[in-house]
Amino acid sequence: MKIVVCIKQVPDTNEVKLDPVTNRLIRDGVPSIINHDDKSAIEKALQIRESLNDGSTVTIVCMGPPQADVALREALAMGADDAYLLSAREFGGSDTCATAIIISTALKKIGYDLVLTGRQAIDGDTAQVGPQIAENLNIPQVSYAEEVEVDGAKNEVLVKRQYEDRYHMIKVQLPCLLTALQELAEPRYMHAGGIIDAYAKDITVWGFDDLKDGLNPDDIGLMGSPTRVVTSFGKMAKGAGTVLDLPADDAVKAIIDKLEERHLI
Amino acid sequence: MDFKLSKTHQLQQELYRKFAEEEIKPLAEEMDETEQYDMELLKKLHKYGFFGIPYSKKYGGVGGDYLSYALAMEEVSRVDGSTGITISVHTSLYCSCIDYFGTEEQKEAFLRPTVDGSKTGCFGLTEPNAGSDAAGQQTTAVYDADTDEYIINGGKVFTTNSGFADLCTVFAMTDKSAGTRGISCFVVDLNQEGVTVSENIKRMGIRAAQNCEVSYENVRVPAFNRIGKEGQGFKIAMKALDGGRIGIAAQSVGLAQGAINEAMAYCKERKQFGRPISAFQTTQFKLADMQTKVDAARLLTWRAACTKDAGENYSKDAAMAKLFASDVANQVCREAVQLMGGYGYCREYPVERALRDAKITEIYEGTSEVMKMVISGAMKVNAK
Repeated sequence: MKIVVCIKQVPDTNEVKLDPVTNRLIRDGVPSIINHDDKSAIEKALQIRESLNDGSTVTIVCMGPPQADVALREALAMGADDAYLLSAREFGGSDTCATAIIISTALKKIGYDLVLTGRQAIDGDTAQVGPQIAENLNIPQVSYAEEVEVDGAKNEVLVKRQYEDRYHMIKVQLPCLLTALQELAEPRYMHAGGIIDAYAKDITVWGFDDLKDGLNPDDIGLMGSPTRVVTSFGKMAKGAGTVLDLPADDAVKAIIDKLEERHLI
Repeated sequence: MDFKLSKTHQLQQELYRKFAEEEIKPLAEEMDETEQYDMELLKKLHKYGFFGIPYSKKYGGVGGDYLSYALAMEEVSRVDGSTGITISVHTSLYCSCIDYFGTEEQKEAFLRPTVDGSKTGCFGLTEPNAGSDAAGQQTTAVYDADTDEYIINGGKVFTTNSGFADLCTVFAMTDKSAGTRGISCFVVDLNQEGVTVSENIKRMGIRAAQNCEVSYENVRVPAFNRIGKEGQGFKIAMKALDGGRIGIAAQSVGLAQGAINEAMAYCKERKQFGRPISAFQTTQFKLADMQTKVDAARLLTWRAACTKDAGENYSKDAAMAKLFASDVANQVCREAVQLMGGYGYCREYPVERALRDAKITEIYEGTSEVMKMVISGAMKVNAK
C-alpha cells in the first residue's frame, strides 16, 4: 500500500506576526516546525506501514519554500521512505484552494492508496486543504480522524471520526483521504541514525514545470487564489480592570449591579 | 573555517535537546535523590540511538561522528549529568576499545549488540590502588592453554554503568614483569560466574549513575574475548580515555549551559529592591562572563571532536578541552547557585545538582592534573 502524508511547515509560535500591508504571515526569523496534526498523521502512517509489514511505503509531500526541506528531513528521520517538496515561485501566495490544486496534481503523479493530512494548520487554521484535495482527486474523505484501522485484505479503512457531542465510526474504501487530529497518534522522536540516513537521501523537488501538465497557471499562486483577506489584526491588549475600593458588601453589590446591567445574570 | 554546524548536526542537536527536555529532565531530580538510574529511560536512550552515535551503521550504529556525540553529550548533560556519564562510559570507553582494536568477529560479537540498542557496556580500569597511576594494575589474567581461556582475578572500583551493564572491558596484568606492557584488555560478561557487582557507591554528584565496585574471582573468559594483543591493554585504555575526554568536556559544557539557562530564567522572575534582579548590571555582567566561558569551552570541545573526526591526533586537543571545560563547569555552576541565592542552594532547583555533578568532571577520565601532564607532554616542555 502506498501511503502518502501531506504536511505543512508552520511557524513555531502562538504569537504570529502579520505583515500589515499584505495581511499575510511574516515567517522570517520564526523557528519552523512540522504542523502538529500533520506530525500525528506521519506517525499513524508509519504505524500502519509497520502493522501491515507487507512492503507498504510512506511518502511525504510538502508544499513550501526551499527551507521546508528540513521538515521533510525530519519526517524521513522518523522513518518515512521518500519525500517530495513542491516549491516554485508560481506557487507562492496560494490560498487553500490553489494549494489543494497544486498538491492534488502532485498526488496524481506520485500515486496513492491512502492519503493522510493533518486536520488543520496552526498558522492558517482553515482545515480546508485536506478536504479540498480529496474533492480534487474525487476520492472519499473522512475528516477529524482520531482512530484509524486499516484492513489491507478488504481494502478498507475503519475510522473513528470525532464529532461535537459524539463520534462516528465510518468504514471507507481505499483509495481515500483522512484528516488527522493530533490525538490520532503520539509522534515518535526522530532516530539519531535516521537523521544521518535522511540527509543521505534525495528529496524530489518539483517546481511548476514538473507539474504544468496538470496545472492551469491562472488557478494557482496569489492571483489564482479566490480568497481575499479584507483585514487582519493582532490581539488587542485588554485594558486594566476597574478596582473597587469599597467595603466587601458594597463591592459585591456594585459587581452584581454591573452584571445585571449587562444582562449577564 | 566555518563555525556553523552542518544541517545534519543541527537536526541531531534538535533531537537530543527535545529528548533531553521531554524524557530526561522530568526524571533527573528523583533519580538523583534515589541514586537509581531509570531503566525505562535507559531503554528509550538505546531505542533512539543515543548509545551508538559515533559508530558505523555497518555494525548497527548511528553512523554519526564525534561531533554528533559531543552534541548529544552536551544536550543530555544540560538537564542531567548522570545521563551524560552513562552514555559517555558506554560510548567512548567501552565501545571504542572494540571499535579501534577488535577484529571483525569481535566487533560483531561485542560492538554490534552495544551500538544497536540491545546491551550496555562499561569500562574496568581503575582499581583501589591504581587511579592516575593506571599502570599499577593488580588484577591478573592467567592463560589456561587447556581450555584456551583466561582466568581473571582482582577488583575494580568506580566502574560506571556496572550496576546494570551487560559487558565490560576489563584491564588485567598478563605479565607482571612487563609493567604497562604487561596489561591486556578483555571483554567480560558481567552476568557470568565469579563476577560480583557491589551497591552503587555513595557519591557527591552524578548520583544516579551506577558506579560500583566489581570483583572478579576466577572469572573464565575465552581467549576470543581478548581485545588486541597481550600487553596492548594500556595503549587501548589510554586511546579510549583520549576520546572519553571529549565526551566529558561536552558534559561539562552541558552542565554549565544548563546552569546558565536556569539562573537566567530565575533572575528575570526574581524581584528584589523593586525590580527583577536581571535588571542589575552585576547580574548582567556575571551572566555575560559565564556565557563567554561556556562558549570558549564549547569551541575547544568541538575542535577536539573535529580533529578526531578528521583522523588526526587529538590527544592534546581533547585534554585541553576537558581541562578547560571542567574548570568552566565548576566556576559557572557555582556562580549560578550564587545568582539564585538561597534558592539556588536548595535541592528543588537543578543548579544545586549541577554544581555537585560538575566536580567530578575535574576528576574522572583523567584528573585536571593528568590533563596538564598530557598537554605539557605534547608540547614537549621537558624535552631537550
